[in-house]
Amino acid sequence: MSSAAFFLIAIVTLAAALAAATLPKLIHAALSFALAFVGVAAFYFLLGAEFVGLVQVFVYVGAVAVLIVFTILLTRRDVDRERGFNWSGVLIALAVFAGLLWAILKTARVSVLAVPVAPLTVRQIGEALMTDYVWPLQCIGVLLTAALIGALVLVMEEKR
Amino acid sequence: MRGFLDQIFVNAKQQILSLFAGTPDWVGQIVSSLLSISALLAVFLSLFALMSLFERKILARIQNRLGPNRVGPFGLLQPAADGIKMLIKEDIVPLRADKVMHFLAPILIAATAILALGIIPYGRNMTPFAIDGGILFFFAVGSTTEVAVFMAGWGSNNKFSMLGAMRAIAQMVSYELPLIITVLPVVMVVGSLRPDAIVAAQGGYSLGVLPHWFVFTPWGAAAFILFFISGLVESNRTPFDVPEGESEIVAGHMTEYSGFKYATFFLAEYFGMFAVSGLAVTLFLGGWHAPIRVLEIVPSYLWFFLKLGVLLFVFIWIRGTLPRTRVDQVMNFAWKFMLPMAFTCVVAAAIWHYQGRRFAGYLWSLGLLLLVYFALSRFLETGKKFAPRVYRFAE
Repeated sequence: MSSAAFFLIAIVTLAAALAAATLPKLIHAALSFALAFVGVAAFYFLLGAEFVGLVQVFVYVGAVAVLIVFTILLTRRDVDRERGFNWSGVLIALAVFAGLLWAILKTARVSVLAVPVAPLTVRQIGEALMTDYVWPLQCIGVLLTAALIGALVLVMEEKR
Repeated sequence: MRGFLDQIFVNAKQQILSLFAGTPDWVGQIVSSLLSISALLAVFLSLFALMSLFERKILARIQNRLGPNRVGPFGLLQPAADGIKMLIKEDIVPLRADKVMHFLAPILIAATAILALGIIPYGRNMTPFAIDGGILFFFAVGSTTEVAVFMAGWGSNNKFSMLGAMRAIAQMVSYELPLIITVLPVVMVVGSLRPDAIVAAQGGYSLGVLPHWFVFTPWGAAAFILFFISGLVESNRTPFDVPEGESEIVAGHMTEYSGFKYATFFLAEYFGMFAVSGLAVTLFLGGWHAPIRVLEIVPSYLWFFLKLGVLLFVFIWIRGTLPRTRVDQVMNFAWKFMLPMAFTCVVAAAIWHYQGRRFAGYLWSLGLLLLVYFALSRFLETGKKFAPRVYRFAE
């Protein structure tokens, strides 16, 4: 059951990611990207990490995908203009891929049939965030608030 | 007898599941989910039909008309007639539309609305999809609606659709913040994101008549009102239906939809309304608990649907009473009033909790809420005088 689900989700996620990379229309690519995010969230659910999966949908589909879509909407549309092959993009992609591959190969091999652990409840995560990790959490909070205020200052009308 | 009626649907599901006892585990799981889904769809589709009729009837009553009364007794068969009409209408897709997105948008928007209904406890042991982070699931699913609305607006390739979608998304993103932050005090006080735990925390009565619902605490009452207003905005209902303001942008992101696709958008709007009201009942109005101890004889799901019905009536009542707000008013209201008040609710709930949830805490949190409310109303006072409007025509 779970391996069948794994393959189903994997196929959908990979297909969506491929579509995001190859579709000619930017909006279509962005929406396939959102589908790929949902696929990754489904993986988290499959692994029993409910909270992470929900946050994945919440943040990436609800916020990041909408942000990407809006960015595309507000920028110039140059669908017709033919561009040459993007060598620098290929170089960056290869560098990222090599870095990830190196990191994966360097880590100790994770056995596929891991010992089943009790799934983390939201309560445990909340308690960990509020006790052991309270300083990182606060720092991120301050950072995000600063970013929010900065964005507001940027778009605020000048008082005349 | 009392327990029998209360658990009749749960037992019926167990009976059906016991027929599949010999089969592998996953068959049982799939059958169980299918049973829950079909029950959910059956109940809420009939509620949708009823609601569409009652809305027209009540609006007519408010406006001193009769409303639909031709089809069937008291117009009761009107939803069926409307459904048939919608089904046999021609489905028009604009020539320059983005066909795939135009087609997928209504499906996605209805699917997310139905998913959100899954986590609400409809009665004792009657949560279709009981997961640990149920409240989070509700909002995670709800946030996908924005993508669907965008798809509808963009796919139609029409400026009214696009503008309507932009308005809808701006409005939804702004009000998602107060909507979630008003849920926060409840989650804080209960210490769980599980809807069942939240309902269980509101059980019990003082003196047998005063239920321990969160709406009877000062922070709960304030949060409930803020939540309800945000819910009105999230489901694009009057007075916040600027995304589909008929007098300005035709029908917003639904302009280019016809026939059954248009009906699907309507279905999604109503399902979103049911979901938000259901969550409000769960969070603040004690879920399926009876208002006084004696009335616990009545099955729990009846109480839930009674409370849901009351909230839906308020939705219709507001629609019949208030005029539409302006776009900038909606946004200003969200960021300048709703958000600070929502944060105040969180602080007030914390004060209530650390005062031992007794009368002193009750008064302190009430005082804080009133203080912030009056401070905000002084601070936001623009000093604008409303004189009779002078109309200047083209000279």
